[in-house]
Amino acid sequence: MTKQWLRSSLYLLLAGLLVAGCASPQPEPTEPAVDPVETPDTTPAPEPPPEPPAFNAKGNPYVPGTTRLLNRTFYFDYDRAVIKPDDLAALETHATVLRNNRDRSVVIEGHCDERGTREYNLALGERRSDAVRSFLTSAGVSPAQIETVSYGEERPEDPGHNDSAWSRNRRAILIYR
Amino acid sequence: MSQMEKFYRTPWMLCLTLLLSLTANAAETLDTIIIDTGYDKQTRIAVVPFRQGPEFSDRQQMSDIVSFDLARSGQFAPLDSENMLSLPTRREEVFFRDWRVLGVEYLVIGTTAVEPSGNLGVSYQLYDVFNERVMKGETISARRTHWRDVAHKISDEVFEAITGIRGAFSTRLLYVLATNAGSPSARFSLEVADSDGERSRTLFSSDEPLLSASWSPDAQTVAYVSFETGRPAIVLQDVNSGVRQRLTQFTGINGSPVFSPDGRQLAMVLSRDGNPEVYVMNLADRRLRRITRHHGIDTEPSWSPDGRHLIFTSDRGGHPQIYQVELATNFIERLTFVGDYNARARLLPSGKHLVFVHRRQGVFHIAWQHLERDDLRVLTKTSLDESPSIAPNGTMLIYATQDQGRGILAVVSIDGRVRYRLPSSSGDVREPAWSPFIDTLGRGS
Repeated sequence: MTKQWLRSSLYLLLAGLLVAGCASPQPEPTEPAVDPVETPDTTPAPEPPPEPPAFNAKGNPYVPGTTRLLNRTFYFDYDRAVIKPDDLAALETHATVLRNNRDRSVVIEGHCDERGTREYNLALGERRSDAVRSFLTSAGVSPAQIETVSYGEERPEDPGHNDSAWSRNRRAILIYR
Repeated sequence: MSQMEKFYRTPWMLCLTLLLSLTANAAETLDTIIIDTGYDKQTRIAVVPFRQGPEFSDRQQMSDIVSFDLARSGQFAPLDSENMLSLPTRREEVFFRDWRVLGVEYLVIGTTAVEPSGNLGVSYQLYDVFNERVMKGETISARRTHWRDVAHKISDEVFEAITGIRGAFSTRLLYVLATNAGSPSARFSLEVADSDGERSRTLFSSDEPLLSASWSPDAQTVAYVSFETGRPAIVLQDVNSGVRQRLTQFTGINGSPVFSPDGRQLAMVLSRDGNPEVYVMNLADRRLRRITRHHGIDTEPSWSPDGRHLIFTSDRGGHPQIYQVELATNFIERLTFVGDYNARARLLPSGKHLVFVHRRQGVFHIAWQHLERDDLRVLTKTSLDESPSIAPNGTMLIYATQDQGRGILAVVSIDGRVRYRLPSSSGDVREPAWSPFIDTLGRGS
């Protein structure tokens, strides 16, 4: 788990360096020699397709280059605050979105199922939101863009009292601002 | 079976009927109390309907309240008034033979009057039937609106005269009522009610969670956690005036506020330094002192009765267990060793025993243990039990549990033998906090 997490972070770090490399100053392109006589052309050059928006009207990010919303809810195992391997890719994308949009910030909510005491669950919920925050800051997101709040067991997604409800309630949610 | 035996074999049904009639028209948050068990050998008492003046409606019979208080303790089997052979309200009308024949050990009679001041004057006497003597007798004067408080006060006096233990009927319950939990229209309110669940009123309500309410030792102030701004804050609120003040809103958790026994300090949990730690705030100057220093979770502090120790939950050993810290030295020792989940402990008034949430085979119960021995005893038979709060006389505790998917409050005696439930008709009730002793007839209204 930790290894994979480190590897993901490393990839992100490399990706970041590559992006930085692309952005480094390029030699000024020389003015191309252009024939001053315009060649008559009735069909104008096709417009490049418009850049798809990064966020929907509610401010939630799309999967870059698509109109599919990026998953913002990540579930946890009972009594655990470890991000599941399957969620790393989506969280990496969140990191990219936040790095590319420094004016945007995110609140990470931590939640628990109803089992156990309420204040202990507040602490456990905070561990979950902290786990997501650590991942994002390791991936280059500025800590200033992140706020965390634990709701413990107070805001269940599913008010039921069974395993399926509990598994839906153990979660961290990214709220974009 | 004799008629007499029949009366006493079904005392709980009688009480239930009695309470149903008491609350029939009341729009209370907490419903009819359902008594599940009592002691095998209960003291037989008769509380005769008081001779009440026209200032009372037919529904308001003080003897019903006294009978029901005593029944709830599990130690008394009050005789239903329908089975009484006579209904005395004055000493001259008491024929001890009538009560002996019914097996009644103690008798309470009373009358009410409106005093020249306009106050209500309630006179009552408690008799020892076998010895044919008055054990207790007095006149209580109070504002007329306090007639229920007078009844609870009589219950306290009768209970103490017979058992030697101070009664805790003149107390209040603080709890959180959540409606539409788990939906966007969820609503949270902090409620206060009499110890029998009557006269509930809302202290504060919010669309955001409220939790961890606790009483100041003088019962004038409550502290709780409110998410009303979208982030947790510890709030103090005056019970009578309703005036609120936000005490803390640090980054991270602001939780578990608990007043010290002298009321001058508030223990709390803050994660402003990176993870949840126990702090103590001096309320006079708001200075904070950090008590725990550990990368694990430290939370749910509670004071020892002498104010020299805090007990708290920590997962520093890998699982949540109860620890104790001596405030003078910061010396920490672990108190619980049975099971892999013990949390949110409260000490009994003696300071020698604690009650806490204990997980056994995946099910959460309330358990009891001696401070220095692992003689753990599970007190509750329900599941998802949490938030134990002890009555100020140390005989009972109230806790939150689930009944048919709904959050309800339940009470169990410290020996685990008496139980009753206080369900709610509207939403989930949770996180009860039993008040300290209150002078309900004085300023603490």
